[in-house]
Amino acid sequence: MRVEDFDLFAKFVYQRSGLVLTKEKAYLLDSRLMPVARRWNFKDLGELANALRSKSDEALLADITDAMTTNESSFFRDQKPFDQFRQVVLPRFLQARAATRRLRIWSAACSNGQEPYSLAMILDEEASKMPGWTIEIVATDLCREVLEKAKQGLYTQFEVQRGLPITMLVKHFTQIGDKWQISKQMQGKIKFQQFNLLEPMTALGQFDIVFCRNVLIYFDPATKAKVLEGIGRQMPPDGILYLGGAETVLGVTQAFKPMDGQRGLYVHGSAASTSAAVPGVTPAATAVR
Amino acid sequence: MATCLIVDDSRVVRQIARKILEDLKFTCTEAEDGKKAQEACSKAMPDAVLLDWNMPVMNGIEFLRELRKMPGGDKPKVLFCTTEADLNHIKEALSAGANEYIMKPFDSDIIQTKFSQVGLIG
Repeated sequence: MRVEDFDLFAKFVYQRSGLVLTKEKAYLLDSRLMPVARRWNFKDLGELANALRSKSDEALLADITDAMTTNESSFFRDQKPFDQFRQVVLPRFLQARAATRRLRIWSAACSNGQEPYSLAMILDEEASKMPGWTIEIVATDLCREVLEKAKQGLYTQFEVQRGLPITMLVKHFTQIGDKWQISKQMQGKIKFQQFNLLEPMTALGQFDIVFCRNVLIYFDPATKAKVLEGIGRQMPPDGILYLGGAETVLGVTQAFKPMDGQRGLYVHGSAASTSAAVPGVTPAATAVR
Repeated sequence: MATCLIVDDSRVVRQIARKILEDLKFTCTEAEDGKKAQEACSKAMPDAVLLDWNMPVMNGIEFLRELRKMPGGDKPKVLFCTTEADLNHIKEALSAGANEYIMKPFDSDIIQTKFSQVGLIG
């Protein structure tokens, strides 16, 4: 890409969205904007840049902005939480639920679907340890548009390279043009549903494991507490909650407390250590007793 | 410090990859084709090889097959990094002993996650 074209795109994206594109991210520009260029019948990004220069129609400008500011998520995002899922959380529930052989997992802000699909792929690898088990993954998001994308399971080359090991790409995806689609088998393991975390959660049922990562950061403290306490009511006493790396329950609610030795994982606030000091005991804490 | 041999016939790509990998604390060497890469490996096996597919003299897949036959050639983690982005190429690379596969264009995030997936970054 010519330097003046890069500068043009960078300046445009910054003005429209506040997103700062450094020179190292020039590749990002390529992978995100080539599909846009193709859709608009431009030969390459040079032609697209010329169209941008001539102040073409708003629909094109919106397309460019959308492509550049697309929801940043990835398969196995942050990696560690998924290692913990495989090594700590899953073995724990394999024991704890040995009698019922049922497990319910909630991906509470699933965005484009990378999180629930990552879990489905891990469960597929661990399937031999769970003969006869019924495992349900419910994936919800507020935004219908991203849910549609999640259901389709269709990802760009860029998206399938972030976090997804190549062996899993080969095993679970088929190539469709310049995109990659996850297998019907993996799609069938997930129940996608539109859901607002501020609504009553009872109808969703009980979940042994809840992933609620990188969504609380958008809420004010009171709402955070309300959402966490609501989630707590949907979890059995031994349930495990995942939060994002920059999130915590400390100072927000006593419905949960950090799980010993497992960063990012939370269990119900223990009655033994905190109940006496808590005047407004949450139903979640009550369930523990 | 871990070492990485960057094999690509484009000097620009080698420079970009080198910058990213040096930021990730790798000591880098470069080769412009499979033959030169083979010579480099016979002198000193690197911990990792970032490998282009299409190159003059000896291409990436031929180099990989030769590498895996060399004494100690099973050790390096080999990550393809190529514009060849179809499933057949990926499968061929894996069966020839590649550890990971990066489809160009790439950025530092992709390099970083792929290197951590093969266990070269903690």
